[in-house]
Amino acid sequence: MKWIRITSTENIPEREGRALMLDSRSVALFNLGDRFVALENRCPHGGGPLADGIVGGATVTCPLHNWRVCLDSGAITKPCDVSSPAVQTYPVKVENGVILLGIDEASAAA
Amino acid sequence: MKQLVVIGNGMAGVACVEQILKFRHDFQITIFGDETHVNYNRILLSSVLAGEKTADDIVLNDIDWYQANGIRARLGVRVENIDPSRCVVVDAEGAETSYDRLILATGSSAFIPPINGVDKKNVHVFRTLDDTRALLEKSRPGCKAVVLGGGLLGLEAARGLQVQGCDVTVVHLMETLMERQLDSLGGSYLRRKMETLGVRVMLGKQTQAFLGNGKVEGLQFSCGEQVEADLVIVAAGIRPNAELGRKAGVEVRRGIVVNDYMETSDPHILAVGECTEHNGQVFGLVAPLLEQGKVLAATVTGNRGPVFTGASPAAKLKIMGVDVFSAGNIEDREPSVECIRYEDPSLGIYKKLLIKDNRLHGVILVGDASDDHRYIEWLRANTDLTPHRRHLLFPPPAEDAGLDVAQMPDNETICGCMGVTKGDIIAAIHTYGVNTMGQLKDRTRASTGCGSCGNLCSRLLKAVAPDFEEDKQKVLCSCVPFTQERLRDMVRSQKLRSAQDVLDIYGNGKGCEICKPALSYIVDMVWCGDHEEDRSARFINDRVHANIQKDGTFSVVPRMRGGVTTPAELRKIADVAEKYNVPMVKVTGSQRIDLLGVKKADLPAIWDELGMPSGQAYTKGVRMVKTCVGSQFCRFGTQDSIAAGIDLERRLENLYTPHKFKMGVVGCPRNCAEATVKDLGMVGQEGNWQIVFGGAAGKGVRKADLLVTVETTEEALTACEIVFQYYRENANYLERTYDFVERLGIEKVRKETVYAPPEVRQALLDRLKKSKDKSYDAWMERVRPRPTQFVEIQPMEPVNA
Repeated sequence: MKWIRITSTENIPEREGRALMLDSRSVALFNLGDRFVALENRCPHGGGPLADGIVGGATVTCPLHNWRVCLDSGAITKPCDVSSPAVQTYPVKVENGVILLGIDEASAAA
Repeated sequence: MKQLVVIGNGMAGVACVEQILKFRHDFQITIFGDETHVNYNRILLSSVLAGEKTADDIVLNDIDWYQANGIRARLGVRVENIDPSRCVVVDAEGAETSYDRLILATGSSAFIPPINGVDKKNVHVFRTLDDTRALLEKSRPGCKAVVLGGGLLGLEAARGLQVQGCDVTVVHLMETLMERQLDSLGGSYLRRKMETLGVRVMLGKQTQAFLGNGKVEGLQFSCGEQVEADLVIVAAGIRPNAELGRKAGVEVRRGIVVNDYMETSDPHILAVGECTEHNGQVFGLVAPLLEQGKVLAATVTGNRGPVFTGASPAAKLKIMGVDVFSAGNIEDREPSVECIRYEDPSLGIYKKLLIKDNRLHGVILVGDASDDHRYIEWLRANTDLTPHRRHLLFPPPAEDAGLDVAQMPDNETICGCMGVTKGDIIAAIHTYGVNTMGQLKDRTRASTGCGSCGNLCSRLLKAVAPDFEEDKQKVLCSCVPFTQERLRDMVRSQKLRSAQDVLDIYGNGKGCEICKPALSYIVDMVWCGDHEEDRSARFINDRVHANIQKDGTFSVVPRMRGGVTTPAELRKIADVAEKYNVPMVKVTGSQRIDLLGVKKADLPAIWDELGMPSGQAYTKGVRMVKTCVGSQFCRFGTQDSIAAGIDLERRLENLYTPHKFKMGVVGCPRNCAEATVKDLGMVGQEGNWQIVFGGAAGKGVRKADLLVTVETTEEALTACEIVFQYYRENANYLERTYDFVERLGIEKVRKETVYAPPEVRQALLDRLKKSKDKSYDAWMERVRPRPTQFVEIQPMEPVNA
């Protein structure tokens, strides 16, 4: 696991998400008030930008077709009858007002 | 060829001629009419007065019809005399026309009671197209109009004047409105309905004099009371025009006396219509007159045989949107007459059946006349009602008839109150995806009368609707389980200023994509923009002020008020499109230009370089005003639609609405900018504007309802502002105007907006102004954006350090 310093916590308003470009991948970073979470910025349905979705509790709703994704697990919670693989999540921690994102070494090297 | 002369070019005379043309005959037909118009539908004059129809719309026989049938039409020519000894009629110019047969179809005239001052200016009758035009010229919003007479014609006139914005009072001599068709209770139902529509009703008033110096200023009643009036319509009944009959020497009592074959006492002269008297009866409704015409046609063409048996006793009318039906003998004081009544004060439904010897004797229906066919049949056939006793007032429920819903034919009525068939319900399910009882009621009105068909409706829904759902209370969302109406109240009374506050106090604290934008709208609207904006509760479009596309890019539509632009603006748009490699530039249906495929990060710079305001094409808010060229350039334009459209757009732009809000302004009724299928439209005419509300041209097409007709552009714009703010305050989030107006009914909208008391209208305008003052062009957020509003976050260190 490698931790990368991303940005100041102030840059992400409460209950909102922002897109983050990490090499070639887009990551959605959310401020849930009591914690920050991160996951792949791509809805498994139509590829919509999850960072632009509305946050309700610990879920985000994709702005394109209202699929809901659990922000902790990456699982799809609506529609409930799809068997889509979960969206990839990333560990996040905050140190001295800066958000850090954890990526595994293999993926970082890739 | 024999000469057939018809005096009278009205509905009865011409309908009779139409019947004569069906027979073989060898007549040269000449029709004299003292009005200059071709035959028109007099019944619809009230719709012309209400501005719903034009004079052309109510024409029954145009001039081509007269020519095609070889009929000499002498319009605007009044017959003054008849010489029966020489068989000639003499017109006003002294010219004589001879006849072999003569038909008197002179109709009736308004009865003008001999009241002092009846000759004052602005005292009118309401009988002809010319009367209607004169009234249209004088009626204007705020004008105090008094209708003297609470019969059918008076109430029709009242409706028309009210739609024109007049302040209408109906004054009636009797204690009951339409006392010839209704009993006192039925009359009181009608009265209540009229009063809720904003018409003042004064009963039992004997008018003693018209007040005023030259021009009428008011009415003086014998009880001492007075009422102010700028305009008076006398609708105190009609009198047969029998004068020519007298001159022809035929028998005349109240009207020209005819026998069962429509012959008068002179063998060469027949008569038809409201000028006649048959078996001591005179006529005022159209149905018996058409019957008379058929009989007369047979008689005059040598097919004498069919007889006229008198007026069918039924009258079905719609007065100010209220169904009224009356048939048979409505006198209930006879001891052998049983009386069966039904009343629903909230729905305004009143039914009364009079039964004698187990047979129907008379019937009165107010508010719901959908069952009239059963009663007409019972009266006609003199049916023994013993087997129907349990279901006299409503049709038997389908279960009793042993019908299974699947076996019912499509034309079978399911809801007798509202006249909804099985086929209507199935069509609603297939066309509109109706799958709950609530939606079915909204869409078809089925089960909204007595409710007795509710069970049947829900069985039909379960059987046919693919995803039937039991009705839930219409709460906004499970996160905040309250109706939007309750939520608006709670936000107001508990002084909640942000969407999150509402969720924390009344909801689950979390919210979702359904309730959050709705709550954002509600707090903004209730506090007139003086709320706490929580951008996290807004959809992405309202966070970055652009419309998200399927690939996550955005579209940019600058505001082009009224669809008017300049070469300089177009040049800037072209420059921006090239500089930012905009993949698609498209002219929209809203007379604007759309730049599609823009990256979020480029939005602020593009707005800055355009230097144009946001067109709000991404939000549930004021979109645009589409305009036609109008009187500035168009040969046909009667109003300056461009200037009015731009003004309207400026007055309302930058505001949020429950759903997107599109407008149109057209300079003449040709409607080139489709104002009548917009949420709000202004339709210019010679000398006035019609304001129309609730149009749609999307998944469904709906013609907007006429809200009001006003004279000046300023009045028109103010009416638009009033109804706009009313929609903002009373519609549910995501409810388009066309659903809103159908839910409330246009009469209620009228009454609570343009016809509301002045202080109510002013309060709506004040709140609109407050909201407007707080609003701003969203694209100015480029100057001071919120943290990282438009940017993509860049990591502080490289991934592969």
